[in-house]
Amino acid sequence: MGGAMSTVMVLAWRNLWRNYRRTLIMLAAITVGIWAMIFMAAMMRGMTDQIVENTLNTLPGEVQLHHPEYRRDPSVVNRMPAPSAALREALAAPPAVAWAARVRVPAVVASERDSRGVILLGIDPQKEAALGSLPEEVIEGRFLADIDDRGVVLGASLARRLETGLGKRVVLMSQDPDNNVADRGARVVGIYKARLQGTEDVFVYSGLAVTQAMLGIGSDVSEIAATADDYRLMGDWYQPIAAAAGPGFEVLPWPQLDSFLDSMLRVQDGFSLVFMVVIFLALSFGLVNTLVMAVFERIREIGLMQALGMRPGLILAQVLVESIYLLCLGLLLGNVSAWLTIKPLESGIDISAVAQGVEKMAMGTTLYPALVVQDMVMSTVVVLGLGLLASLLPAWRAASLDPIRALSRH
Amino acid sequence: MNVTWLLAWRNLWRHSRRTWLTVAAMVFCNVLLVFLISLQLGSYTMMIDNTLGTFSGHIQVQHVGYLDQQKMRQTVPAAAELAQTLREQQGVSAASARGIAFALASSEERSFGIQIVGVEPAYEPEVSTFPGLVKQGRFLAPDAGVDSDEIVIGSILADNLKVGLGDELTFLGSGRDGSFAAAVATVVGVIDTGFDEVDRSIAEVPLAWFQQVFTMGNQGHSVVLRVDDFDAVPQQVAVIQQQVADRAELVVLDWDALQPGLRQAITSDMASAWFMYGVLIILVAFSVLNTQLMSVLERTREFGVMLSLGMGPGKLARLVGLETLMMSTIGLAFGVLLGGLLVWYLSFAGFYFPGMEEMGKRFNLPERMYPEFSLLAILWGPTTVFLFALLAALYPALRLFRLQPVPAMRAA
Repeated sequence: MGGAMSTVMVLAWRNLWRNYRRTLIMLAAITVGIWAMIFMAAMMRGMTDQIVENTLNTLPGEVQLHHPEYRRDPSVVNRMPAPSAALREALAAPPAVAWAARVRVPAVVASERDSRGVILLGIDPQKEAALGSLPEEVIEGRFLADIDDRGVVLGASLARRLETGLGKRVVLMSQDPDNNVADRGARVVGIYKARLQGTEDVFVYSGLAVTQAMLGIGSDVSEIAATADDYRLMGDWYQPIAAAAGPGFEVLPWPQLDSFLDSMLRVQDGFSLVFMVVIFLALSFGLVNTLVMAVFERIREIGLMQALGMRPGLILAQVLVESIYLLCLGLLLGNVSAWLTIKPLESGIDISAVAQGVEKMAMGTTLYPALVVQDMVMSTVVVLGLGLLASLLPAWRAASLDPIRALSRH
Repeated sequence: MNVTWLLAWRNLWRHSRRTWLTVAAMVFCNVLLVFLISLQLGSYTMMIDNTLGTFSGHIQVQHVGYLDQQKMRQTVPAAAELAQTLREQQGVSAASARGIAFALASSEERSFGIQIVGVEPAYEPEVSTFPGLVKQGRFLAPDAGVDSDEIVIGSILADNLKVGLGDELTFLGSGRDGSFAAAVATVVGVIDTGFDEVDRSIAEVPLAWFQQVFTMGNQGHSVVLRVDDFDAVPQQVAVIQQQVADRAELVVLDWDALQPGLRQAITSDMASAWFMYGVLIILVAFSVLNTQLMSVLERTREFGVMLSLGMGPGKLARLVGLETLMMSTIGLAFGVLLGGLLVWYLSFAGFYFPGMEEMGKRFNLPERMYPEFSLLAILWGPTTVFLFALLAALYPALRLFRLQPVPAMRAA
């Protein structure tokens, strides 16, 4: 049987090149199809990676703890005590690599010229740095030194709108738990730049202890965030933290914190698969056509082989192997050309022409395509699996030919 | 029927399975293109309508620089009068003046920094959908003037401030001249748009009251316009620009300037869509190329005979071209028919795919998509496939000119 199979493989290979023009055209079609599948998947993955990272970066922490009411009503009233010893231990356990507690309340910031509604972040600069949540770039002045730093750091866009600048004073206004106006004057010690203008307009950074004192909330915080530095872990490590936090806290991994991100990731994977299947379907007509014609041309020959004692199973195998050769060659060329075209682009594609359009989706001005093995494997599986399925019909027809009738054709 | 046509038609059905498979490839691609392009155009129309219809309008008249800086001082003088003049202009379907300020809003329990919009209660419903989305209470009374302290707010804002109908809100902010502005307003309506971002931030008060509280005099920050014909926006902008030409501090902005993300979002979406369409069309062209090349190659002997009988290669090439034309026409007809039926059905039944709600919310799209049933959307894809199929037949047809009668007749 082994000998028979190797004969079949040689026969299939030779058959493939009998009509080399047809094979080459089909090969070109398969290559283009597979290249397109992988290229599109890499672009989409690059896009979603960036959206997820940008969104998580503005306030990262794949796992976050809040007062149960906080997410619906982000007020100072819905705060929680500073983490207990047990919770601190759970937050520091791997895979978590960093965590931070912050105060996050709506506020108004007023310069002598204008005022704006913002989100006031009372943070611990060291811990937030470990978490990777600080603004990418402080373009003027410095960032906050520690939790007792009395200065504030504003986004460049907000500073422009307020007509304020480095060294000038602004007034921060919010409410304390009893709904009295809580305010303090502060000097602008730094101005930051963010990837998205929306971030610059909204977030104002202030020292954690100073903010807690201004709001009169002791050592309470609004939010505790922890990261494992890999959002694809899906924050599944949140259970022990939830257990350590006990009741009275809402502990959520990021897919639940931002349902848009989560659904977008799922839509992306689904869309990649749909795209691949659609491209394959367009290809399959050509593939089936090629095989049907190949079998048709060889009816007499197949009849002869059967008359000489070749089993129908081997004839079926012969057509299938021919199809597999064609698909594998196409897969190889498609994958290689996709790799060759995407690799040079991974340093980034400038899409600043549509920057404001994509900013809605939390994307920056550069798109970084991401070629991952998963997409290459997915396209290979789709093409080989469905390809074999599509080849079954012509192969089965060839195998079920009646030798006498086949031999008497023409 | 001409002999060449008859020949072409018969040749086409010599291998009926092959022809049908190729036609099926075309029909598949055509139906897909018709569906996707209609869906795309439909979603763009909705995106534009929904984005501009909610608040920003088609055109706005503002102070130069206000769009970027949004400073209190960058005002439109006599805003309501200007809106009145523009409203009567031909081609303008609605106009309303607005003023915008930031303030700290406090209820008994809570305080939030919000953006307050002063609107003309009688005209605002014509330029914005928010007044129509009041779910509790009512919108500002149409004749609300200086003495009317009415306010409508978004539903999430109402929740966050813990206020309901009839409750009072206190505002602290600064007026146009930098003075301290404080006032109390009574909630008469709660707006629920379904978009969290809007429901969390919207607060509207009568313009006259707004002007008094924030020491604006008769000034506003923008005059919002809707036009009768969306495609005529550029002409309208030019006309209005003329009218305010004597006031150098004013600028007329079209929707593209007001919502720069919108056109770019469409552009970026188009780019990725065209990539997919291009790939599909190329694959179908390959399919046609393969079929026609094969059908030419297997007829080498036959063509040799015809050549030696005195038929010119040009005529043979026309024959092959004609075969492709017939095949592509069948593909075009079925594609347009099936695709058209599908789109026509979906254009009133709607279309949904899971996960779309969340995406839709970001782009002001409803939960169901309604593809646009238009001739352009339906014909564009199939016609391109048709042209590419004809193009693909060029190589097999041109090969015929190199054919030598005698070797061709001897070919296996």
